[in-house]
Amino acid sequence: MTTSTVTAQAPVTASPASTAPDPARLRRRRRLAQWGFVAPAVVFMLLFFGYPLVRNVVMSFQHYTPKTFFTGEAPFNGTDNWSNVFQDALFGKALWHTLVFTAGSLLGQFCIGLALAVFFSRRFPLGGALRSLILLPWLVPMVVSGIVWRRILDQDTGVLNSFLDTLGLGGHTPWLTSPHMALLSVVLVNIWIGIPFNMVILYGGLQEIPKELYEAASLDGASAWRTFRSITLPMLKPVITVVLVLGFMSTVKILDLILALTDGGPADSTQTLGTLTYQNSFVQLDFGAGAVVGNVLILISAVFAVFYLRANRTEGK
Amino acid sequence: MATHTPTASRRRWGSTVAGVIVLCVMLFPLYWMLNTALQPEAGLLQVDPVPGTLDLSGFSQAISDQGGHLLTSLAVSLGAVVICLAVAAPAAYGLARFGLRGSRTIVFGTLITQMVPGIVIANALYNSYVDLGLVNSYFGLMLADASLGIPFSIVLMRSFMVSIPGEVIEAAQMDGAGPVRTFVRVVLPMSRNSLITSGLFAFLFSWSDFMFALTLNTTDDVKPITLGIYQYIGAHVGDWGSVMAASVLSAVPAAVLLVLAQKYIAAGITGGSVK
Repeated sequence: MTTSTVTAQAPVTASPASTAPDPARLRRRRRLAQWGFVAPAVVFMLLFFGYPLVRNVVMSFQHYTPKTFFTGEAPFNGTDNWSNVFQDALFGKALWHTLVFTAGSLLGQFCIGLALAVFFSRRFPLGGALRSLILLPWLVPMVVSGIVWRRILDQDTGVLNSFLDTLGLGGHTPWLTSPHMALLSVVLVNIWIGIPFNMVILYGGLQEIPKELYEAASLDGASAWRTFRSITLPMLKPVITVVLVLGFMSTVKILDLILALTDGGPADSTQTLGTLTYQNSFVQLDFGAGAVVGNVLILISAVFAVFYLRANRTEGK
Repeated sequence: MATHTPTASRRRWGSTVAGVIVLCVMLFPLYWMLNTALQPEAGLLQVDPVPGTLDLSGFSQAISDQGGHLLTSLAVSLGAVVICLAVAAPAAYGLARFGLRGSRTIVFGTLITQMVPGIVIANALYNSYVDLGLVNSYFGLMLADASLGIPFSIVLMRSFMVSIPGEVIEAAQMDGAGPVRTFVRVVLPMSRNSLITSGLFAFLFSWSDFMFALTLNTTDDVKPITLGIYQYIGAHVGDWGSVMAASVLSAVPAAVLLVLAQKYIAAGITGGSVK
C-alpha cells in the first residue's frame, strides 16, 4: 500500500542507454533524480514548520478581528499587539505558570523515571513485561488522560478524595477547583504522563554502561549510593541531557492536557503561554495577540535550544 | 545459568512484587477509566471500586454517540500514515545515501522542527487553510497530522538506512536498476522494521492529535475522537459513564499496538529520540 504511494511520488528517471549521452549531463540528471527523493520532505517541512514561524512574526504586527475572515482584511498596526499583550497582567501570569509547570513537571518526571529505570535494570522475573506495560499511560491520547484525571480529582465524588478520606487525611481537597491548587494538580498529572517516556529512555541509557565499571566498583567496596553517583550519573549524562531537552520542548508548549483538565481556569490559575495563544487566537479570534504570545513561546524554546547545542559542542571537545 | 540460592531467588521475586505495585499505581487511572465506564448508572455520584454487574449501556451509548468520530480518527490517521511514509521514506534514503550538498542542514532542520510549538503552527496554518479551503476537510487534517510524524520518521529511517551495506545497493545498480527501482525493490524491503516503527508512531501521533482537530475544524464535519470526547464532557457533564466508555474506546489502539508491536514501540522511543 505504502510502497505504491512512494513510487507515485518519486520522479521517473530511467534514462535510455541506447544513445550514449555525455557524462556531465548524465551526472546532472542523476543529481536531479536524487534531489527528487528529498525535495517533497523539504517542501513539506518548509510549509508546515518554516512558513508558520515566518507567518507568526508577520501576524503579530497585524490587526485581526472576527470580521477579518469575511473581509480578508488584517491591516498592519505597528507594535500595538505587542504592547497590548505585554501590558495585560494575564501574560505575566501565564509566563510564570509556564515556567512553574515546566520545571515542576520535568523535575518529577525525571526523578521518578530515573528511579524506575534503575529499579527495572535489576534482573527479576516478569521485569521486562512489567516495564513495557508501564508505557501504556504514555500511549493514551493526552486529552483522554486529562479527562480521566478530571474525574479522579473531582472534589466531591472523585476517587482520590474518597481514598484520602478513608485514610483520614482530609479528603475534601479542591484539586482542580481552587486557584491555589489547580496548577499543582496539573503538574502532578503531567508527571504521571511523562514518567514512562523518561523511564524508557533512561533505561536504554543504563544498559549502555559497561558492566565492568560496576564490577570494579564493587571490588573496591563502593556503596550503592557512591556507585550511583560516581558511575551511573556521569556515564548517563548524555542521555540525561537528551531526556531533559526533549522533555522541555514538549512540556513548555503543552495545551491538550490543560484544556482537558481545567480549560486554563479556575480564575486563569492554570493559564500558560500555550493556552493563552489558543485563547487569544481561537476563542477571541485576535490572531495578532495569539501570534505575539506564540512568538514568545518560540523564543523561549530557541534560547533553550541554543544553550543545549552549545553545551553539546563543549562536551564533544 | 548459575543456580541461585533461596535467598537470592526470594529477593528476585521481591523485586517482582515491588514492580507489580509500581505498575498498579501507574495504571490505576486507566483502570479507573474502565471501572467508571462500566458503572454508567453512577452518573455524577461516586463509583464503586469494582463494577457490581457487567453494565455495557455506557459503551453502547458511547458507540452511538462517538462511533462516527472513532471512524473519522481511523480514516484521518491512516491517511496521515500514508502521507508521512510517502514523504519521509524517500527523504530518509536520500539523506542517508546520496551525499547531497545541504544534507546535514536538512537533517539539522528536521531535528529543529521538534522545537516549534504546535499551537504556533496551528495559528498560522488556520489562516492559510481558510484561504485554501482546507478547513473542515479530511485532507487538510491528514496533512497537518502527517506533520507530527514526518520529522520523527525521517530521523528514525535515516539512521537505519545509513547502516544498509553499500554493496547491496551497488549490486542492484550493477543490474541496471535506477534509483527508484533500487529504492523500491532493495532499500524498502530491507528497511521493513524501521518503516513499520515509523508508521506505527505516525499513526499514534495522529490518533492522539487534539490540537489540529480543535483548531482546523469549525464545524462537525471532520471530528476525530479526541475532539469528540472533549466536547462530550462539555455537553454530557452528568454522564461520566458514557464519557469514560468513549475514552476506553479511544485508548484501544494504543493498548493493542503495545501488545502486538511491543518491539517496534520500544525501538521507536529510543531510536527516534536518542539518535
